Amino acid sequence: MPEEPKSPTLPPSGEPKSTAGHAPAVPAKPAGPVPIPWDSAMVGKLKGQYGSGIREANTYLGQNYMVVEPSIVSELLQILRDREQFDYCVDVTAVHYPQREKQFDLIWILYSFPRNERIRVKTMIADGERVPSAVPIWATANWLEREVFDMFGIRFDGHPDLKRILLPDGWKGHPLRKDYGIIQQDQEWVQANLGIESGQ
Amino acid sequence: MGAGQPGDRERPINMTDRTITDPKGDDPKTADSTRFLSHLELDQPDKTFLDSNELVINMGPQHPATHGVLRVILKLDGEQVLGTECVIGYLHRGVEKIAEHRTYTMFNPYVDRMDYVAAVSNGLGYCEAVEKLLNIEAPPRARYIRVILTELNRLASHQLWLGTHALDIGAMTPLFYTFRDREEILKIFEKYCGARLTTHAFRIGGCQYETYEGFERDVIKFLDFVPPKIDEYEELLTTNRIWLERTKGVGVISKADAIALGVTGPVLRASGVKWDLRKAQPYAAYSDFDFEVPIGANGDTYDRYSVRMEEMRQSLRIIRQAVEKIPEGPIMAKVPKVMKPPVGEVYHSIEAPKGELGYFIVSDGSTQPYRVRVRPPSFVNLQALDNMVRGALVADVIAVIGTLDIVLGEVDR
Repeated sequence: MPEEPKSPTLPPSGEPKSTAGHAPAVPAKPAGPVPIPWDSAMVGKLKGQYGSGIREANTYLGQNYMVVEPSIVSELLQILRDREQFDYCVDVTAVHYPQREKQFDLIWILYSFPRNERIRVKTMIADGERVPSAVPIWATANWLEREVFDMFGIRFDGHPDLKRILLPDGWKGHPLRKDYGIIQQDQEWVQANLGIESGQ
Repeated sequence: MGAGQPGDRERPINMTDRTITDPKGDDPKTADSTRFLSHLELDQPDKTFLDSNELVINMGPQHPATHGVLRVILKLDGEQVLGTECVIGYLHRGVEKIAEHRTYTMFNPYVDRMDYVAAVSNGLGYCEAVEKLLNIEAPPRARYIRVILTELNRLASHQLWLGTHALDIGAMTPLFYTFRDREEILKIFEKYCGARLTTHAFRIGGCQYETYEGFERDVIKFLDFVPPKIDEYEELLTTNRIWLERTKGVGVISKADAIALGVTGPVLRASGVKWDLRKAQPYAAYSDFDFEVPIGANGDTYDRYSVRMEEMRQSLRIIRQAVEKIPEGPIMAKVPKVMKPPVGEVYHSIEAPKGELGYFIVSDGSTQPYRVRVRPPSFVNLQALDNMVRGALVADVIAVIGTLDIVLGEVDR
C-alpha cells in the first residue's frame, strides 16, 4: 500500500504528550470538531416561540440538533411536522446516563422530504418520567417507541399499545440501561419458559 | 383499500388453488351471500354463530414463507384478513448492547450479521458513521471499491429477494436462476476478502484489502454476463398471467401512508416517492455517477417488483462507471490504532437494498462506543404489513411479506 502524505483532516491522536505541558488544555484539540450554533430561520422562529424551552440548537459535524425541554416536546414535534414539513420520522431512540439526575436522553431523528434536511430533537428525562407519544404525529413511531420502552423502560403517554417488542412479554429488566449487565438475563423467565437452569 | 370492504378489490378469482372463492366473486349469488360478514355485522342478533368464519391463527414463526422467524397473528374472516399483529424478537441477539462492550473496530464484523444477505451495505454504513465521528474520510480509491462491492451486494440482495418472493408465490424457476447468477457475485466477494456472506469487507478508514489481480476483469465480465439474465427473469414473470394476478393490486400502500409509516427503499419508491439517499444525500462516491431512481405509480406488489428489477439494472450502470473511473491511490486513511473518537453524537445513514439503514453512535471519548443505535429498514418496513394486508386474503399476506423484503436478522438485531 503506497504511503500518502499525512492527512491533515485527522484530529491529533498524540495528545497525551502535549496536554501535560505548556498551554492549558485549550489548544489540545485544535482540529477536533466542536458544536457550533445552528442558525436558521426555523430555529429563530422556534426560539421566538419557546424562548428557553429550546435549550440548545447546534451543528456538530454538519448535523443539526436541538435540545429542548420535555414539556414542549410534543407540541414542538407537531409543529415540526405541520409547519416545517418534517414528514418522516426516521428514528426514536434513547441513551442512558445513570450518573445524571435526568438519566435519559430521548432522541427523535426527523427528515423532511421537501427540504431534504435531517435534524435531531433531543430531550432529557428522569427515570420514570413519562413522555407524550409521537404516534398521533407519525404512525411509524409506534414500533420505535415500543422498542425504546422495551430496552429502556421509558413510557409513552397515549401510545396505542405500549408493550415489549423484541423481548418476551414477561421479561424483567430493560437491557440497554447501563446498569443491566451484558450477560445478565431474566433467569426466572428462562427457567420457567425454556426449562433450562440458565441461558448462559 | 379499506378494511372490511372486499368489494373494492378489482380482480377476478385467483389463479391459485384456493377453495374458498373471492369475496367479490363473479357469480352474483355468491357476491350477495352473507358468507363473508364483517365483524360489525356479527354483532347483529339475527345472525347465528354459523355465519361467522372469524378465526385467529398463527402464521409462523416456523413458516417457510415468513423468511425466518417472523410470527404473524392473523385475524381472519374466512379467507379475508381483518387484522394482523407481528410478533418479533425470536432472533434478538442484543447487537446494540454488544456494541457498548466492544471497541469500534471489534464491533465492525457484528454489523454483517444483521442484514446478512446485504452484509457489505451494513459494513459501509457502520464504517462511514464511525469515520464521520472521527472526522476522517476514506480515500477516493477506497470509496470506489466500496461503491462497487456495495452495488454488487445490492444486486445479490435483490436477486435473493426475487427468487424467494417468486417461490412464495408459486413460481419455482426464478429461484434457481437467481441463485445461479448470485453465485457469480459471491465468487467476486470470496476472491476479494475470503468470505461470501458475512464479508467484513470494509474497515474504518477505508478498505483492508487492495483489489486482487483481475478484479476489474471479473467485474466487467459479470456486468456483461448479467443483463441478459435479468431479461430472463423478466421473461419468466413480468407478463406471466399468474404473476400478474398475484401481484397487481395486492398489498397496496399509498404515498401518504408510506411516508407516515416511515417506509423506505424500494417500497417507498414503488408508492411514487422519488427518494433515494444515494441521490438525496450522497455518501461514499455516489455523487460521481449517473443513475436513475425508478419509481412506481400504484404502490402495489407488482410495482415494487418493477422498481427492484430496474434498480438491478441501475446498479449495473453504477458499477460499470465505477470500474471504469476507479482512481489509483491509497485505500486506507490515516486512522489511529487505538480509536478514541471525540465526545459527541452522529447519525449517518445509507441506502441499503432494503431502505434507509442508519447508525446513531454516541461517543464518550473512550475506545468503546457509549451507545450504538441501528435504524433498521426491515424493522420499520415490516410495521407497514398490517396496513397493506387488511381486507386482503391470506395468500396475499405471503406475497406482501415477500415484497417487503425483510430479513429477520435485521428486524430483531
